[in-house]
Amino acid sequence: MPVTERPAAAAPARPDDLVAVPVRHWGQWTAAVVAVLGLIGLVGSLAKNPNLKWDVVGHYLFADLIFDGLFTTLWLTVAAMAVGLVLGTLVAVMRLSANPVLYGLSTGFVWLFRGTPLLVQILFWGYAAALYKHLMIGIPFTTVTFVEFDTNDLLPASVAALLALGLNEAAYASEIVRAGIQSVDPGQSEAAHSLGMKPALTMRRIVLPQAMRVIIPPMGNETINMLKTTAYVSVIAAHDLMSNIQDVYNQNYQIIPLLVVAALWYLALVTVLSVPQAWLERRYGRGTARAGHVSPLRRMLTGLPGLLPTTRERKG
Amino acid sequence: MARPMVHAEGVRKHFGRLEVLKGIDLTVERGQVCCLLGPSGSGKSTFLRCINHLEKVDGGRLTVDGDLVGYRQSGNRLHELREAEVAERRREIGMVFQRFNLFPHMTALENVTEAPVRVAGVNRTDARQDALRLLERVGLADRADHYPAQLSGGQQQRVAIARALAMKPKLMLFDEPTSALDPELVGDVLDVMRDLAADGMTMVVVTHEIGFAREVGDTAVFMDEGVVVEAGHPRTVLVAPEQERTKAFLSKVL
Ligand SMILES: Nc1ncnc2c1ncn2[C@@H]1O[C@H](COP(=O)(O)OP(=O)(O)OP(=O)(O)O)[C@@H](O)[C@H]1O
Ligand SMILES: [Mg+2]
Repeated sequence: MPVTERPAAAAPARPDDLVAVPVRHWGQWTAAVVAVLGLIGLVGSLAKNPNLKWDVVGHYLFADLIFDGLFTTLWLTVAAMAVGLVLGTLVAVMRLSANPVLYGLSTGFVWLFRGTPLLVQILFWGYAAALYKHLMIGIPFTTVTFVEFDTNDLLPASVAALLALGLNEAAYASEIVRAGIQSVDPGQSEAAHSLGMKPALTMRRIVLPQAMRVIIPPMGNETINMLKTTAYVSVIAAHDLMSNIQDVYNQNYQIIPLLVVAALWYLALVTVLSVPQAWLERRYGRGTARAGHVSPLRRMLTGLPGLLPTTRERKG
Repeated sequence: MARPMVHAEGVRKHFGRLEVLKGIDLTVERGQVCCLLGPSGSGKSTFLRCINHLEKVDGGRLTVDGDLVGYRQSGNRLHELREAEVAERRREIGMVFQRFNLFPHMTALENVTEAPVRVAGVNRTDARQDALRLLERVGLADRADHYPAQLSGGQQQRVAIARALAMKPKLMLFDEPTSALDPELVGDVLDVMRDLAADGMTMVVVTHEIGFAREVGDTAVFMDEGVVVEAGHPRTVLVAPEQERTKAFLSKVL
């Protein structure tokens, strides 16, 4: 089909008089207004609902018992994730190694700790003393012993909880880290090797920093999961936020208000955790064409023209 | 006569049952530029990668500056090198890849200083000064703080050359350094390489740039199906070749 050119006379004006009109997203505006109205309605009805007993919520929101639980939940989450990430990275590297011993050990580890229920693992560590009353280091099949510990001294509930959560997390994290490492172009390692960098240095300086971009979002998921999974440790008498809340409503039957307290605190924790995640994503997103992580609030607001100046791409 | 920088005798390599190098004989003297040419799949990259032990040689003898690649000789015994020793040897051999392989999470400057600081133990200030000098030499002094994604292909490749030079190598390997570039960017990279050759760097260059091979090369080697078909002065091999296979290849690329 021949392309018909517009006659020159139809050109409206000189180029410098032209004004660019951005696409108007009327649908987006309508949806935003509807959503905001809906939210106001929902919050209003929740606030007025007598069944939620906001006075009870207020009473327990900052209770000592809640803070104790919160503290346990937080340190367990942070420590278990730290153990999980460090050990998981080690396991991932072992699984990718050409050494058959390292490969076998790491594969067995993942198989065992991913393959058994977490609850069983927690109970196992919690009641390890029932299996081995004493732990000793010596020469097998002889009576020679160098050191000996009482298992219960070595493994108080908190340590058992940390071990169980950390080892289980390591098994899952190792698969995330492995996927991250494998997402990095092999040319990167070759370039590093050709410069004389040894395998460990290459992994640390070249491969892992690039793998981080793939690793961080699922590890964020894992962390949020861990926050709630810590509730399992109540079975070995370690007291996290959720088990303390259950203790309270089992006594006073104020189930709904106390669940609201729990929900509010978990939401607060998750919100706080999104800050380091955003920071990490920005740090490891350096050098990528896409601009760094923008906070969700800012993204929502910049999408609506006029509310905030549009963010420019960060300069390198 | 000084010992050659690279000396290959009957070098063999196979991937599974596919024999890729079927006995390569080749010598590169110190300060010379050797250009490797040949059709796709003829084993040029594989041979180049054997030189710095990115691929393991399966047979024959391959030496760099008198040292057998991948082995250490003591008396009449050959000990296979450990990873750390292999890395040690690679420090002295620079390599430039077809697809640049710059580290995307580091600026141009950081790409150049990484190995001197972390591998050679040069202090940061000296490494930085060295790197700036090298970037200046490849014409990119003003791009030191750019990330690879903010550079054109030609600029990335020149940073990659600077990165390799930062380790002060005695031998440079180039694997089709201009094949991934837009035609108008090829010249800048070849200029840098020409400059390097004039400075006396020993270079092995896999290239399809016949003009560059003729002008800069001291020797031209034509490979096909894992063997060296013809080797000699570029003006002979690339202008008046004796072998039919060389003639056929040249008539296609010219
Ligand atoms: N890692 C590998 N595993 C299996 N086969 C390989 C591997 N690397 C290369 N080959 C094969 O070896 C042969 C030679 O490859 P090589 O890359 O050396 O060719 P080349 O001469 O560099 O070709 P080109 O000009 O296309 O780069 C090809 O048939 C290729 O498929
Ligand atoms: Mg090749």
